[in-house]
Amino acid sequence: MAVELFEICKAYGANIVLDNFSCRIEEGAVTCIMGPSGRGKTTLLRIMLGLEQPDSGRVTGMSGRRKSAVFQEDRLCDNLSAASNIRLVCRKGMRNEEIEAAMSAVGLASDCLNQTVRSMSGGQRRRVVILRALMADYDVLVMDEPFKELDVEAKEKAILHTREHSLGKTVVFVTHDESECDILGGRLIRLE
Amino acid sequence: MTSSTSPGKLARVLRVWPVVAWLLIWQGLSMYIGHEVLLVSPVTVARRLAQLVGEAVFWSSVFFSLRRIAFGFLLAAVTGVLFAALAARFRRIEEFLAPVVVLFKSTPVASFTILALIWVSSRNLSVLVSYLMVMPIVYTNVLNGIKSANPKLLEMADVFGIPAGRRIAYIYVSQVLPFFQSACLVGLGLCWKAGIAAEVIGIPGGSIGEKLYMAKVYLATPDLFAWTLTIICVSVVFERLFMLLVRLLITRLERL
Repeated sequence: MAVELFEICKAYGANIVLDNFSCRIEEGAVTCIMGPSGRGKTTLLRIMLGLEQPDSGRVTGMSGRRKSAVFQEDRLCDNLSAASNIRLVCRKGMRNEEIEAAMSAVGLASDCLNQTVRSMSGGQRRRVVILRALMADYDVLVMDEPFKELDVEAKEKAILHTREHSLGKTVVFVTHDESECDILGGRLIRLE
Repeated sequence: MTSSTSPGKLARVLRVWPVVAWLLIWQGLSMYIGHEVLLVSPVTVARRLAQLVGEAVFWSSVFFSLRRIAFGFLLAAVTGVLFAALAARFRRIEEFLAPVVVLFKSTPVASFTILALIWVSSRNLSVLVSYLMVMPIVYTNVLNGIKSANPKLLEMADVFGIPAGRRIAYIYVSQVLPFFQSACLVGLGLCWKAGIAAEVIGIPGGSIGEKLYMAKVYLATPDLFAWTLTIICVSVVFERLFMLLVRLLITRLERL
């Protein structure tokens, strides 16, 4: 089922961030949202996830569906290990070997598995966040600038891993880099 | 989080030289006064403690008090956490408990003890008093910990649909544990002070409090100092063991 947004309006005081915005997110495809800062990209994702209510308009196709997300901030439990953070959102009985293999695919060493995330670098944490989102059981994956803070090599690995592990799933992601959209093979929506 | 100056924490910042210096000052003062009842010397205290350690009655008194104070503390830790969890979930419970917590925090130990003597036998007085001293601290700290849980993490949990059990184990527990740890550090020091004070007032037979009371009655200053030293040592050992358990629990959680 496609996700549809109809005439969404959202303002914070006098600041109108979304004005009658409508779009259709195709089922099982990647949709990339681009636009200048402050144009409501994050707000749009939050409305899709049900974390915020629009002032007017409606969202269809999200209710009852399993959601996964990469937020703009890491939102990791700092004093838990990388494996614990991933296991928190996964199905029960996820084996360490599976997590270790996924970590290796995005360039994280196996000794990161039991390392507390507070002692990790920004780039390492970001890759744990991406893996957490990809390893969760989900129907719709929402990603807000997922590959920021990653160096060129890590970014390439993370994008390829995301493409491989989100095949056939509905993915919406916000980015400022059009090449990310090209690699993921997504349809581009521009918020002007 | 509540700050702490418990004996165990102090013991960690102690250096050897100031301790030796103070012992020498104490010895010098005692020799200057020249009256063991007024100020006993550290050597006499050490000698008396060595005598006591060899007696069976010493160990039975230590275990008598330790059992009760430790039980009161553990009961307070468990119920404090339980009440805090309920209060965080149900606002009415927080409102209902608020006057009791304020009352427990502001009432002097002596008032509690004398009142408690009417309700419970003097043998179990230290259980009740150490419970009443520690429970509000654990309750308040843990409740603050739960309330300060990162809302962004809770939002993340909502999006991923993380079940309540996992949410508690991974998000709340890991964030509340430092608050619990801090409450325990403060509570451990307090429960020994209050528990022994209660025993001195209630004078239950076979307790450390009774020994302190007898030392006072017979002006046995070496006994008074030796038993005080014993209380400090037992409370530090108990605190170290308990905090080690809490740290092991934290490490275990981090590697879940």
